Amino acid sequence: MSNKPVPHAKLAAEFLKDEPHRHFHDERLWDMRQKRDEQMHIMPEWQELREQASRLKEHTLAHLPQYLEQFEENARRNGIHVHWARDGAEHNRIVEKILRDHGHSSIIKSKSMITDECEMREYLEPKGISVTETDLGERIQQLDNQLPSHVVVPAVQKLTSDVAKTFAKYYNTDPNIDDPHALAEAQRNAARPVLLSGDTGMTGGNFLVAETGSFVVCTNEGNADLSANLPNLHIATLGIERLVPRMADLGVFIRLLSRSALGSPITQYTTHFRKPKKGGEMHVILVDNGRSERLGMDDFWTSLKCIRCGACMNTCPVYRRSGGQSYGSVYSGPIGAIIDPTFNAKKFSTLPFASTMNGSCTNVCPVKIDIHDQLYKWRRVLAERHEIPFVKREIMKMAGRLLAQPTMYRLAISGTEVALKTMPRFVLYNYLNPWGKHRELPHPVKETFHSWYKKNRLNKAKQHEETQA
Amino acid sequence: MKIGLFIPCYIDAFYPKTGIATLELLEKLGQEVEYPMDQTCCGQPMANSGCNRDAKETEALFIRNFSKYDVIVSPSGSCVHHIRDNFDAIEQTDEVRHVRKNTYELVEFIHDVLKVREFPWAEFPHKVGMHNSCATLRALRTASMSELGEPFFSKPKTLLSAVKGISFAAPKRPDECCGFGGTYSVTEEAVSARMGLDKVTDHHDAGAEYIVSADTSCMMHQQGCAERNGVPIRFIHIAEILNGARS
Ligand code: SF4
Repeated sequence: MSNKPVPHAKLAAEFLKDEPHRHFHDERLWDMRQKRDEQMHIMPEWQELREQASRLKEHTLAHLPQYLEQFEENARRNGIHVHWARDGAEHNRIVEKILRDHGHSSIIKSKSMITDECEMREYLEPKGISVTETDLGERIQQLDNQLPSHVVVPAVQKLTSDVAKTFAKYYNTDPNIDDPHALAEAQRNAARPVLLSGDTGMTGGNFLVAETGSFVVCTNEGNADLSANLPNLHIATLGIERLVPRMADLGVFIRLLSRSALGSPITQYTTHFRKPKKGGEMHVILVDNGRSERLGMDDFWTSLKCIRCGACMNTCPVYRRSGGQSYGSVYSGPIGAIIDPTFNAKKFSTLPFASTMNGSCTNVCPVKIDIHDQLYKWRRVLAERHEIPFVKREIMKMAGRLLAQPTMYRLAISGTEVALKTMPRFVLYNYLNPWGKHRELPHPVKETFHSWYKKNRLNKAKQHEETQA
Repeated sequence: MKIGLFIPCYIDAFYPKTGIATLELLEKLGQEVEYPMDQTCCGQPMANSGCNRDAKETEALFIRNFSKYDVIVSPSGSCVHHIRDNFDAIEQTDEVRHVRKNTYELVEFIHDVLKVREFPWAEFPHKVGMHNSCATLRALRTASMSELGEPFFSKPKTLLSAVKGISFAAPKRPDECCGFGGTYSVTEEAVSARMGLDKVTDHHDAGAEYIVSADTSCMMHQQGCAERNGVPIRFIHIAEILNGARS
């Protein structure tokens, strides 16, 4: 992984240049946010559910080892093989070994961000193991060799005409036919033979249930069920934070998940996997990859409550206008900006600054993660670790000194013409040019409030006193 | 009750009219107001950039200027949010706690503390679009938030409703951030300016002649975006309308 800070501002500026894409992206995600609002409005218990979901997750995270062991025990009893992966590399080795043991070499896979997080495709493919995405959005991203743009709708930044071009390249379809149904059909036709011939099925999963040793996968395309059931070997990868204690807890999350994500009452498919099918084999890989370390971070551990609904992304005005690719990570948007730095503080040091800290994300989050407060805290952590640009650090130091000295400050902005030249410089930290690139500067005025006050209140009061005397 | 008036740097240098209107309005409402001459800033720019330590001296100066007042009032929601919720670069002495607890944004001060609902001198015969800054909306909570589905309330709108002749436009995305975000406006200028343009366009399309806000910094940014793109809309601080400005 390259360590260079992701140039979010630059990538976002590029994304904005293309009018059709920028407009479509903003409107599509905003529409999802509005559908979410509609669902919230018809459920009077919405805030209560959020509170319950948050408490359940916090409780589970506080007792994580105990519930994980319970899950493992019950899953084993159900005949599921349970594996533990400390990090992405170990996860990938486990997958490879399972395939080798069976003499398998092709994986059909449904959407799971965590295998992307582990960079599994990059590891397996050079070793001769093919991985085919069966989720339409993930497949499009795979063909274009891009990271997912969004945790729920991975190819959300693409117009149907983009997809038509991609499919034409790989599936020999007509690049000019961009009807969504035709495209979905093209994908089905291309996927079917792969699905039927794939020897290993892989899925992610939304929830692990400790009490039953089962796990739940929520999808809208039904591809997870195909991936899991067509082959005889099913491997599911889940993060260790995906746990809920009891089956009865699940309802709270299922009710919130799709409503928050897409504004639909429930996903088309909610599949419970409890044991391998007859004659088949089932493996669950539980991945840590920095999660237990994050659990120990006072300010950031609650980010592990995330159920990956994407609502924070849909509502984020910055994400909607910068596109998922500009985050340079598997996890983009507000949730990405607070968890990515735990994977690599230098590379993702720019992301907590890719926010106006407006707080809308926190308000929509179904598990009540204080996302925008965590963004604020990350800024402090990164500044203290010197993971912000040197120039910015120096300017802040200067601004801090100047603003602490009233006389110097007054001198610096004396006369509003001067103020106009100087003010933005220290108010906006010497980035005067960026301000004016797409915006006008404020207009100069005759005098500052400070000097008006002196004339019209202080001096008048003095005059008044003198005449009285 | 002695009020210390805090006029942040943007207002001081570019929008003195807003500062004057705030002062005059409070005086009209019978308040004793003083503007400490040595004030500069609340420290927010440094703190929001992560450089909290660099805000320490500025915060100390703020306390020296304002600790002698019973309350501190400012026509800037984002500064008040900083002082109330994040002002922690300096040691939290009794003085500091006093200042943090008693600093109010102008609208909430008039609405919640003075409980004034009438402004007989005010008349504004225009259609206005309300811009609640994210600080006033989601931190100071002066209005209901669309994400939570709570019953509608809006302190600024309650006050403005008493103004003769005023009417309100209904933009499509009333709670959407305008993209200012302090240093964000320059570190991510392209996204920031795009958000600003979308914001002013939304208000303009809804028929607003003016955008009214309790936050000057947001409006400075929005005005810049509107002017650059030829969106014909004007800007006014809520203090000016309540103080009797006609245009
Ligand atoms: S942080 Fe909250 S809103 Fe964002 S994806 Fe996770 S659960 Fe959903």
